Amino acid sequence: MLARRILLRLLQAVPTLIGVAVLVFVLVRVVPGDPVAMMIPPGASPDDVRRLHALYGLDRSIPAQFALWAEQAVTGNFGISITTRQSVTGLILGRLPATLELVALATLIAVVLGVALAVLGTRRAGRAGEVAVDAFAGFALAVPDFLWGLAFIVGFGVLLPLLPISGRADPTQAIAASSGFILIESLARLRFAAAGDVLAHMLMPATALALPLAAMIARVLKASLAEQMGQDYALLARVKGFSPLHVIVAEALRNAAIPTVSLTGVQVTFLVGGTVLIERIFSYPGIGNLAIDAVINRDLPLIQGLIITFAVLFILINLALDLSYAALDPRLRRG
Amino acid sequence: MLRNWRVLLGGGLLLALAIAAVFAPVLAPYDPLDQDLAAQLVPPDWQFFNAAAHALGTDSLGRDVLSRLIWGSRVALTVALVAGALTALAGTALGLAAGFFGGWLDALISRLVDVWSSFPPVLLSIILVALIGTGLWSVVVAIVVIDWTRFCRVVRAETLKQRGMDYVDAAVVAGLAPRAILWREVVPNVLPLVLVLLTLEMGIAVVVEAILSFVGLSISSDAPSWGGMIAEGRTIVHEAPWVLVGAMAVLLATVLGFNLLGDGLKAELDPVLR
Amino acid sequence: MSGARLLEIGHLSVALGGGAAVLRDVSLGVAAGEVHGLVGMSGAGKSMIGRAVLGILPPSARVIAGSIRLDGRELVGMTERARRAAGSTLALIPQDPLSALNPVHRIAAQMTDVMRLRARLSRAAALARAEALLAEVHIRDPAAVLRRYPHELSGGMRQRVLIATAFACAPRLIVADEPTTALDVTVQKQILRLIREMQHRHGTAILFITHDLGVVAKICATVTVLQHGAIVEQAPVADIVARPRHPYTRALFAATPRYDRPEALRPLAGELLA
Repeated sequence: MLARRILLRLLQAVPTLIGVAVLVFVLVRVVPGDPVAMMIPPGASPDDVRRLHALYGLDRSIPAQFALWAEQAVTGNFGISITTRQSVTGLILGRLPATLELVALATLIAVVLGVALAVLGTRRAGRAGEVAVDAFAGFALAVPDFLWGLAFIVGFGVLLPLLPISGRADPTQAIAASSGFILIESLARLRFAAAGDVLAHMLMPATALALPLAAMIARVLKASLAEQMGQDYALLARVKGFSPLHVIVAEALRNAAIPTVSLTGVQVTFLVGGTVLIERIFSYPGIGNLAIDAVINRDLPLIQGLIITFAVLFILINLALDLSYAALDPRLRRG
Repeated sequence: MLRNWRVLLGGGLLLALAIAAVFAPVLAPYDPLDQDLAAQLVPPDWQFFNAAAHALGTDSLGRDVLSRLIWGSRVALTVALVAGALTALAGTALGLAAGFFGGWLDALISRLVDVWSSFPPVLLSIILVALIGTGLWSVVVAIVVIDWTRFCRVVRAETLKQRGMDYVDAAVVAGLAPRAILWREVVPNVLPLVLVLLTLEMGIAVVVEAILSFVGLSISSDAPSWGGMIAEGRTIVHEAPWVLVGAMAVLLATVLGFNLLGDGLKAELDPVLR
Repeated sequence: MSGARLLEIGHLSVALGGGAAVLRDVSLGVAAGEVHGLVGMSGAGKSMIGRAVLGILPPSARVIAGSIRLDGRELVGMTERARRAAGSTLALIPQDPLSALNPVHRIAAQMTDVMRLRARLSRAAALARAEALLAEVHIRDPAAVLRRYPHELSGGMRQRVLIATAFACAPRLIVADEPTTALDVTVQKQILRLIREMQHRHGTAILFITHDLGVVAKICATVTVLQHGAIVEQAPVADIVARPRHPYTRALFAATPRYDRPEALRPLAGELLA
């Protein structure tokens, strides 16, 4: 049942992906500017330029170029990067694990922090605790993640040098890992020193990414919890003799989570989008940083491959959100 | 309205920004482009009555940080005003059209808003600038193209509400043309809301410009801009943290200024809006 | 007031945050094993009495005078923690069986949680007791019902589950807050009969809150009539049914729907004046 639902949703995503691919392909080619201009050495003959165009298929018509690209894309070949002359697929797959780990850690921090703040604010409703939670959420939302990241660098990287401000791992640790998922691999192999080193590198970028989402979750979940605490089942639980904290966490929280997921879910995709900038700020070797380099160098094959990658990520996040509704709300389960 | 502390504080911060931008040639102690290779990475030195001292230090090319910050406010303010106004105009026009005329136009615009706003804005702006080329005007275009939905969504909802009000019915009964009703009855009631959104949007525009300058997709890195200074400050953060801190502080003050003013206006205009 | 009754409310006054009194000088007593009716139109304050007894007054309301004694122990001023430590002498049968069951938990969890907390039963023992209780409230196939979620049960079934849960830890006093109001007329009668049957078997005292004097006549021994937060009449139920003294009580009787004639709603004297 569940497998069928997932499969159905993935099939529905195929037209979206094709649409994104066509759109990006056309847009990238109708804008002015020669994509191979940067590679042309000074004093190259027009013949050389023509050969370079032919090498990347740029001498053909746009539909012909697309047909060629799509034919290769379905086999997982997204062409060759113009600036690095490596395979686009290889470049992206090499960087993807770093971004996925960062996104996972940031989402985890956002959920834990957001839920903790919402529960605290509900428990202290009408008192100073609630005011503090509201003020924090307001401030965290007003300051963009870009500035949070920079503030962390100055605060915990320079003034109080606790954490590394660049990269993903100490070079010696990175070499020891055989997969791209350095954090997960070192945890699985019980190499806690290595895991700690990677975590120290990831903590600031992940927190900067997480703060706006955490504030959003705290705000929406708190409002939703307040509504649930007025429901009869919450009153009944108090009459039964459960403590207010127990009523919030064990009774109201899952009910309040359902509207919260639908209202803040789209923010998770914004968090993924935010990696582009945060990775740049922290020199973190993920696909976001790669994307900025690709854009600056107008590396068309790489830009296309990255946009498709982001589109796939967004589709998967939406699928996960969709499935989480059924996990949270038994009324949505069938059978 | 002036008794609201948020309006006062936010307005004060923005007034300081406006003064800095307008009087930059007078206020800045140095030419922001002047390199002084004998005075590279000079730490902040605050001396009264001595304009020759570098109050906020110098950067790696010996340029005066304070002067660059003051001149950088021109970029920030230009983007805030131009991008903010254009975004408000585009979003409000589409929102009014969707809410007032309804039908297939409303369906089309609403669908567009939904699809548009499901994309992460930062990623979208970088891709857009990559497509249309770098530079300040590309940044403005990117902001308008991405953020019009903020206005459209709210204005459409408000227009729908206003159209259901008695005085609009009365105007219809009185035989007023639809366009006259739109201008005389609906637009004046939607304007306070647009004003609040515009204030918040200008704050967003300043951040987006700084982000794109940071990444290297806005104006050239020589010209003084806060984002460019942040980018340089990030690379020399261990040697000269004051470059990064100075640029961050003015950007933060500006963002908070717009946010406070917007929130304050919202609270003040609330009785008008409801 | 005659002493040594199970519940003894003396001169209770409750006010909302703004200072408006919702209960004024209310005194009533419920003997062990007795069913006491609390009658009045909506807004009369009868539910507020139930909530004060249970210690779940809304955050805006507070007791400004009077006492609530249960088994001689003063409840007014007792902290929530002390109340929890005092044990399970109180239970509640709520009004709306839909919102009183948590939609995300199975019936088994919602029945056994209180037994595990209060009676310190093991999971298996609590499940066995829940099954026995469900059989007692005439639910067929209790084991299957325990595995269900609330939305899979009818309104009558849910109310049976809640009644069974209320009796789970052998309480001395149950507050039944309009337990039949949200149900169909035919189901109402069954539920009323069930409450009376359970009450007889367990000998539990019930504070029965309702706006329906017909229901009171069927189930209660004594009754308190409430209007605008104050008591207007208090007597054994037989006296009230035979000779209602206060005009408000007579009006309440007149407003009670009768099955033998079409519903005739007359305005109540007191409501019109209010």
